[in-house]
Amino acid sequence: MSILINKDTKVICQGFTGKQGTFHSQQALDYGTQLVGGVTPERGGENHLGLPVFNTVQDAVDRTGATASVIYVPPFYAADAILEAIDAGITLIVCITEGIPTLQMMRVKAAMASTGALLIGPNCPGIITPGECKIGIMPAKIHLPGSIGIVSRSGTLTYESVHQTTAQGLGQSTCVGIGGDPIHGMNFVDVLSRFEADEQTKGIVMVGEIGGGEEEDAADYIKAHVSKPVVAYIAGQTAPAGKRMGHAGAIVTGGKGTAAGKIAALKAAGIEVVSSPTDIGVAMMGCF
Amino acid sequence: MNIHEYQAKQLFRQFAIPVPDGQYAESAEQAGQAAQALGGDSWVVKAQVHAGGRGKAGGVKLVRSVAEVREASQQLLGSRLVTLQTDSAGLPVNGLLVETTYPIKRELYLSLVLDRASERLIFIASAAGGMDIESVAHSNPEQIITVATHPAAGLQAYQCRRVAYALGLQGSQLPALSGIMHGLYQLFLAKDASQIEINPLIETDSGALLALDAKINFDDNAVALHPDILALQDPAQEDARENEAQQFGLNYITLDGNIGCMVNGAGLAMATMDLVKLKGGLPANFLDVGGGTTVAKVCEAFKLILADGTVKAVLVNIFGGIVKCDVIAQGILEAIQQIHVTVPVVVRLEGTNVEEGRALLSNTGLNLYAADDLAHAAEQVVALAAQ
Repeated sequence: MSILINKDTKVICQGFTGKQGTFHSQQALDYGTQLVGGVTPERGGENHLGLPVFNTVQDAVDRTGATASVIYVPPFYAADAILEAIDAGITLIVCITEGIPTLQMMRVKAAMASTGALLIGPNCPGIITPGECKIGIMPAKIHLPGSIGIVSRSGTLTYESVHQTTAQGLGQSTCVGIGGDPIHGMNFVDVLSRFEADEQTKGIVMVGEIGGGEEEDAADYIKAHVSKPVVAYIAGQTAPAGKRMGHAGAIVTGGKGTAAGKIAALKAAGIEVVSSPTDIGVAMMGCF
Repeated sequence: MNIHEYQAKQLFRQFAIPVPDGQYAESAEQAGQAAQALGGDSWVVKAQVHAGGRGKAGGVKLVRSVAEVREASQQLLGSRLVTLQTDSAGLPVNGLLVETTYPIKRELYLSLVLDRASERLIFIASAAGGMDIESVAHSNPEQIITVATHPAAGLQAYQCRRVAYALGLQGSQLPALSGIMHGLYQLFLAKDASQIEINPLIETDSGALLALDAKINFDDNAVALHPDILALQDPAQEDARENEAQQFGLNYITLDGNIGCMVNGAGLAMATMDLVKLKGGLPANFLDVGGGTTVAKVCEAFKLILADGTVKAVLVNIFGGIVKCDVIAQGILEAIQQIHVTVPVVVRLEGTNVEEGRALLSNTGLNLYAADDLAHAAEQVVALAAQ
């Protein structure tokens, strides 16, 4: 097993015929993802990459039975795209788009609260169950089907973790990039609880960064509910306060969200925190 | 994005939030005229810089004659103000706000911020205004009241009453505070703010409420939706290199060290800085070159890193995702040759076609080192910078 997606997951792409949508949809198809169609308003009825294009997500769901959607639409249209997917009954929405206004995401989260739909991202690399289903922009080749669940706020640090666990021969059950924005969908705890329940997952890599308090929440959760070994890394120990480090969510303000605070919370919960990003794979291997 | 106090107060006026009478001035002459136009017998002259802590740093002067207004303005204009919130170079004072003074009975605190944990806009209020609110929160948390608004329901009347009573207000002050809170709430939503702070919000001897100071931050992801806000940008208050980087789609932040870092991805860029520190070096910058590492982008990145001459060595760390490593290596080579980089450059590449990429970077006759892994790359760059 894996979490959230597998070889049977039917996926559609919103922003299908755009440059990003086209490129990454082709990559997903090459990987074997069951991409069954896409959505671009006013392009309904066309064929793109050998798949049907629909005007609306509702049409796409009705005709293909898709349960997951990946969003590549530009930032000022992405909130609308997420809400359209929820309205059409999509249960897993993966939003890659970077730069969505925070207040728009606040409204999206409030609107989706009672729907039961899950959102990954925005501003994330997506989710992959190696060998089965790839939804997002991560490079396929570095992955190896295996036993480690990876959850991360950063795209390229997810790739580092994947690369290192592949090099150790451990491989990955599922990798989830939860995204670098201050308001986003699934958080560490949402993903950790699923890794804990998943039989294939034997160990967990958690990669956090400065800003917010989700790593501290995760520390509490792991201490109380996670029996599997967890290796954590927190980026941004040298980041100055008050400066946004690329990600909208990566900022230390008012003394909150520091790397030191997060590392202390994780260590206090008995979690192994590596101080070098190059030690993630070795530390994970050391747990077995 | 930040704006000046005088600009924030103009926005406050648009949203019916009461502010002191005042005028903006860019010369001592203008400041004197402003004081005369405002009337009265005392004024404050406030340096306009994008940083707090101006009062303690001598950036706010209380004066009692038009001659003194001119004198204070002369002193402030053209100087650089160093506050607890700036670096040691400070920020240039190119403008002043001249304001009428008011008899202050009490100083209160009121702000509206986006709270990421609850995903709500929350009001933070305290009767202990005029001070650093974070230290109040730390030492006297009971003096702070917070009220969370629901995105669908919006700000409610009872919430305004709750804040008003907690601040010790009464009678006609209740609708006055309600007006200020609604103004803040509407301004926040209309202009995609990320934080609005009034510290202090004063109660005058006659019981009126006035925003004596005004600070607004805007959501960088949304400013493109607001040309009126974008027009308030003041490049003189920002790091020139950070501005330049933005124009090239690079994310750059100046730090104090001497090892330049060029990385793809914000998380990996932070991790690379941390690793340099862990190996005994000091990073000179944060730099995320983003996806699609083109020759033009890498050239600009090198120019930024090497601009001030303090950088002794550069670490390039690229995890090639979709872009192949040999293509990236080619780009780095071209950039180094084009802009004649002479300091040692250590390159760590990982991803598709990594062997071809490393081969391209080896034996070039340039001051270039192709590292086989990230840990070694960091050690190597620290050693080279120390030479």
